Amino acid sequence: MIKRCVIGASIAALLSILPAAAEPLRVKFGVLRQQHSSETLSILDLPAEDDTLAGALIGVADNNTTGRFTGQSYEAIDAKLASGEDAVAAAQKLVDEGAIAIVADLPADDLLHVADALKSRDALLLNVSATDDRLREDDCRANVVHVAPTRSMLTDGLAQYLVWKQWRRWLLVKGSHPRDELLAAAYRASAKKFGAKIVDERVYVDTEGGRRSDSGSVQTQRLIPPLTQGAPAYDVLIAADESEVFGNYLPYRTWDPRPVAGSAGLAPTSWDAAHEQWGAAQLQNRFRKEFRRGMNARDHQAWVAARMIGEAATRTGSADPKALSTYLLGPDFSIAAFKGVRLSLRPWNRQLRQPILLSDGRMTVSVSPQEGFLHQTSELDTLGVDKPETKCRLK
Amino acid sequence: MNMVRNLRARLLLPFTGEGGPTKWGRMRALDGAVPNGPSSVAHSRGAFSREREKGRAFCMFAAAAIFLSTPVHAFTAYVSNEKGNSVTVIDTDKLEAVKTVKVGRRPRGIELSKDNSELYVCAGDDDTIQVLDTKTLKITGNLPSGPDPELMILSPDGRTVFVSNENDNLVTMIDAETKRQIGDVPVGVEPEGMAISPDGRILVNTSETTNMAHLIDTRTKQIIANVLVDARPRFAAFKPDASELWVSSEIGGTVAVIDPRSHAVTQKIRFEIPGLSKEAIQPIGISFTNDGKRAFVALGPANRVAVIDTATKKIEKYLLVGQRVWHLAFTPDEKYLLTANGVSNDVSVIDVASLKVVKSIPVGAFPWGIAVATK
Repeated sequence: MIKRCVIGASIAALLSILPAAAEPLRVKFGVLRQQHSSETLSILDLPAEDDTLAGALIGVADNNTTGRFTGQSYEAIDAKLASGEDAVAAAQKLVDEGAIAIVADLPADDLLHVADALKSRDALLLNVSATDDRLREDDCRANVVHVAPTRSMLTDGLAQYLVWKQWRRWLLVKGSHPRDELLAAAYRASAKKFGAKIVDERVYVDTEGGRRSDSGSVQTQRLIPPLTQGAPAYDVLIAADESEVFGNYLPYRTWDPRPVAGSAGLAPTSWDAAHEQWGAAQLQNRFRKEFRRGMNARDHQAWVAARMIGEAATRTGSADPKALSTYLLGPDFSIAAFKGVRLSLRPWNRQLRQPILLSDGRMTVSVSPQEGFLHQTSELDTLGVDKPETKCRLK
Repeated sequence: MNMVRNLRARLLLPFTGEGGPTKWGRMRALDGAVPNGPSSVAHSRGAFSREREKGRAFCMFAAAAIFLSTPVHAFTAYVSNEKGNSVTVIDTDKLEAVKTVKVGRRPRGIELSKDNSELYVCAGDDDTIQVLDTKTLKITGNLPSGPDPELMILSPDGRTVFVSNENDNLVTMIDAETKRQIGDVPVGVEPEGMAISPDGRILVNTSETTNMAHLIDTRTKQIIANVLVDARPRFAAFKPDASELWVSSEIGGTVAVIDPRSHAVTQKIRFEIPGLSKEAIQPIGISFTNDGKRAFVALGPANRVAVIDTATKKIEKYLLVGQRVWHLAFTPDEKYLLTANGVSNDVSVIDVASLKVVKSIPVGAFPWGIAVATK
């Protein structure tokens, strides 16, 4: 108690000697987020009520600690969309309320609509969940920065590791939904890029049932072996199941005893609640203390987005949206995100360069880019679509 | 730690006998493996690093030649092993590890009391600073830090220990004699680097996520300036004549030179190493020679120490050391500079006069900090 008083007193003293603290510069941004499906295979992956938002709020707290010294104060406005609610109207409202940027957790089409609707307004969008490559390619937009990695960055990250491991023969099992096919296509491209071979492809057809029942694992145990039976010789099974229909059913149940990677087993991700290298334990501690749960990839991406806004406002001493965009897109911008190296933006499509973690949900098994995958400008650009191949023309 | 980039490091892990990447010191394979027997590690390493072994043989020869030509004072160096939960004691005359002492969990920051009678070790995961008697190497008590102490520095008169506590955004001040807390100062997110001006008036703390160097008046215990530097500032040091304050930014990849009077960043030192990506160059530890003419900067996963002419700020040379080099310490005669190499589990010995790496000394698992006794 006494210690707390001392801290309080010192903060008060501190604020009084800083002239800037008299009238803090207010930086407000929106968090526009969708309701994520609770049809997850594992109950451990059920989205929390504050999914995505929690990460942004930790970012706000970190920014405000810095703001104490710079005379800035940060605030996030939460806008969680109900099912069927119009994302564009919600985004407009956030800007009307004074948001200088919007941290967006939206599906690809909604994100594009919002980006186009905000074109004439000064508010940067930071995409923290959509992994669609097309948002950074044919459909790229000048007012969108992508904090979330693309599917191709994720699949390249896994592919580099599997190739390093000499597990070059892959059995690909994909789901029956369009986005599963997009993920499967990314794996095919990664295999080609890094010299792996997809020996066979199988499809797991979604029969539209519920994800859980009290009958439990009995049927699954009988279902998966025949699905994976009779495959040509392979080293690793790759699951492309973005829809969460079957991925986690695969490990330990395949006909041949083979490891599973991709949507289950060894999964490529931008963040995992188990990651603790490079000081990440500090961030995980702050997050768990505040929200009593682990920090997932969306939370982390929202934290990075909030920190990018904070970094831009600190460095420019401004809350002007134009100044912030100019700084973020300029050559001086880079940010630390507990992933071992600095992250920066690819100027040609505004995608954040970043290492990809390979996690089994308990441990960070490895981090890509792997040693030996070289690049003329940044090894991080060995992940995903690179400048010479880009179809993005920013407008 | 960067355990991923590095092939040798991966191969070495099982031989350290001290657990994998995240479990600390619970998977000890055999008695007689590290930390008790560094020599066994050196032996098993040979199979995996032939190239290095050759280099070492040559270096030993070179070092032997140096011993013959000049008499050397024996000093004692203490190395904290972050995952070994131990401190390795090095005899700087023999240039070998002579003893390993068990300490608390995740030891990083390490300092000696002014009279060298006590060794202070930040045991971050035990939320305390352990005090060791340097004669007996027994733990005699604790300094009351805040949660997760990481780095510390002593006032020039040796009376006060200033500690950065990574988990609660505070710098703690502790009376070295009574071992009581005498104050704390709120700083930015994840405080780390600590420096003190030669006259003891200005304390500097760097906060890793706030990206600032906080200058604190040690008498009033109040912040007098906050200087923005590049991403993840991890270490700060005053030039011996107090004319400059240097702050290394690990992720930003730069060293900021700050004028301690105007609080302005007057220059940023950048590093370029052919064949290495800019992301791999991550400056951490900084050591100045006593005359202030040269600075040595550890570059983390670049596995090099940069030698900088402090007058021109030009980089004279990059010295190849062990992997993931964290912190540096001179022997008091400035004959050697020792570097703690986190991934290769060794200490590189730089001969300061010739600017050559003359030896690597195997220590415990994931060495991090170094302190050298002045007598």
